[in-house]
Amino acid sequence: MDLTQSFINIFLNTLRDVIPIATLIVVFQVILLRQPIPHLKSVLIGAVYVILGLVFFLIGLEKALFPLGDTMAKQLSDPAFLGTVGHEQVDWYKYYWIYIFAALIGFSTTIAEPSLIAVAFKANEVSAGTIGQWGLRITVAFGVAFALVLGAFRIITGTPLYLYILVGYVIVLVQTIFAPKQIIALAYDSGGVTTSTVTVPLVAALGLGLSSTIPGRNPAIDGFGLIAFASLFPIISVLTYAQIMEWKILRSKNNKL
Amino acid sequence: MMIIRRAQVILNKLKEAFIDLLPIILVVSFFQIFVLKQPFPNIGDVLFGSFLVVLGLMLFVEGLEMSLFPIGEVLAQSLARKGSLFWLLLFSFALGFSTSIAEPALIAVADEAGRIASIEGLIGESPSEIESYALGLRLSVAFAVGTAILIGVIRILKGWPLHFLIISGYGVVMILTILAPEQIIGIAYDTGGVATSTITVPLVTALGVGLASTIKGRNPLTDGFGLIALAVMMPMIFVMIYGMLIF
Repeated sequence: MDLTQSFINIFLNTLRDVIPIATLIVVFQVILLRQPIPHLKSVLIGAVYVILGLVFFLIGLEKALFPLGDTMAKQLSDPAFLGTVGHEQVDWYKYYWIYIFAALIGFSTTIAEPSLIAVAFKANEVSAGTIGQWGLRITVAFGVAFALVLGAFRIITGTPLYLYILVGYVIVLVQTIFAPKQIIALAYDSGGVTTSTVTVPLVAALGLGLSSTIPGRNPAIDGFGLIAFASLFPIISVLTYAQIMEWKILRSKNNKL
Repeated sequence: MMIIRRAQVILNKLKEAFIDLLPIILVVSFFQIFVLKQPFPNIGDVLFGSFLVVLGLMLFVEGLEMSLFPIGEVLAQSLARKGSLFWLLLFSFALGFSTSIAEPALIAVADEAGRIASIEGLIGESPSEIESYALGLRLSVAFAVGTAILIGVIRILKGWPLHFLIISGYGVVMILTILAPEQIIGIAYDTGGVATSTITVPLVTALGVGLASTIKGRNPLTDGFGLIALAVMMPMIFVMIYGMLIF
């Protein structure tokens, strides 16, 4: 009964969410460009798939990924698991399992991320083979893994988010000056690409769960920010990677001369 | 014959979706079994929910490839060729707005943010208040992404260097961080990364690369990318302003 109720609710909300895109397409294609929609039948079937897919996905998130990220964060930061007593302040390094978990989740989900695979392919093309596809994907995955570890560290220590972001973007700025020009836009874009539909809810739940178990943390203030880190560090790691590759090529050219 | 082929396609898609989820399953199982040494909480719910996630993701991506992506690409190209600046800019804004409002990850995170805000007493406890807060977040993000794509398209047309926009944008972010209420900052920083996923990235990239390759003197590689970077940045600004207005 409860499930049917939530199904109907989510279904109606999803319909409302998809209306803007549908309107946009109809207005521009039919009224402005005065062209019929090509392959109308398959487009309509596709639209039904999109809506049903969204509904299933959102129900699944609510039932599986959100509770999972939340309970795992709570279990891993539980005083009983850490072997400490009650509400005493725990040193940040005692939470090492949290860091390992964050790093593994970040690395493994990024390696499998479909949009990153596409971007890696494009980057390989742009750089005429200088930037290897696997090299780039592993670089970005390390970037995300490091980002989540640092994000967890920030939540555990309760240090302000903006300091990290500020320092991060200063590093990006300095790198932008020195990095090969062609890679800059692509590197900036790779930050937004890595945080996918599945990773985001899990990581968000991890942050919220952590901040609600660790004494002295407030979920509304400390719980968010992991995704911001995961969008920032890939920019740094991709720029670094491009610089290293360029330096290597320059050096091998010099050696030949 | 037809039915068998259909079933095979669906099975393949399910397999792909499952492979995407496999790393998460492995990491989570490793931790439950070897580190926490505890049984899965509500294992039935989690399994059923994961199945729904896989199925939903599969249908969603399949549907996008059948409907939204081909039309979006054709539209972006024909508008770029048509040469009417007003319609192109209007389309850019509308594309950014409408794709972010339907973005599944953003829906999920906004709901979660609403729940937390209500538990922390920042907003009222009634479901309608939580819902209107979540919707407010999503509308701010959608306006932000729309504006970002609009500015990004003007950048491609004018050939401005991307890093000037990014630097001044993050300057604004830093100033707003000082002014905005503490409780909105984390979620504001996060929404940028959340808004740019499944629907937005492919459509927006198609728009940028399509434009840059139609316009003379633009390089699709250096000018075509960069829209997503703006779409990550702008929501931080808009959501912090939203936070200043409502808290």
